[in-house]
Amino acid sequence: MTRSELIDEVTSKASNFTKRDVEVIVSTLFKSITESLGRGEKIEIRGFGSFKVKDRNARKGRNPKSGEGIEVESKRVPFFKAGKELKERVDAGAKPHSED
Amino acid sequence: MTKADLVEVAFETVGCSKKDVAEVVDQVFESIKCALEKGDKVKVSGFGNFTVRHKKARRGRNPQTGEEITIGERNVMTFKASQILKDAVNSGGS
Repeated sequence: MTRSELIDEVTSKASNFTKRDVEVIVSTLFKSITESLGRGEKIEIRGFGSFKVKDRNARKGRNPKSGEGIEVESKRVPFFKAGKELKERVDAGAKPHSED
Repeated sequence: MTKADLVEVAFETVGCSKKDVAEVVDQVFESIKCALEKGDKVKVSGFGNFTVRHKKARRGRNPQTGEEITIGERNVMTFKASQILKDAVNSGGS
């Protein structure tokens, strides 16, 4: 399912809204989550899951091609943890399709 | 930030009834859940991909008691953030 398929499906179920409205809402949604994570905040959506930022310490890495040692700087990474309902539904649901 | 805050922001941008906006927001997450439940992956361009992976059964150990247990086969989901999201997290106020 892609973003546009998601928009189509939501539009078909939300009778009060045009596709354009749903597009705006979906964009706003993911934009807000992105911005909020950018501020280092945690986003919690009941039944779905939570997004937060994790810190990664600086470490010594190696360029896998040349074998040369390099310093990897500390950074922050976005992280998603599935909520209880989502976890249970995914586990009880169908096996993942192998194709993309 | 909670779902109520997300609804608030979306409501300010579209400006229809808040109740309707809340329904659409719920529907968005419900549709994603349904797709994942069917074993589909959900790709949100510019944000990230939600994918389902099948895990085979394996022997595990209760870390507290040291007791051996079998962890049954199961489906789990993973989220892979897009480069855009990764960049947003690193540029913001660190």
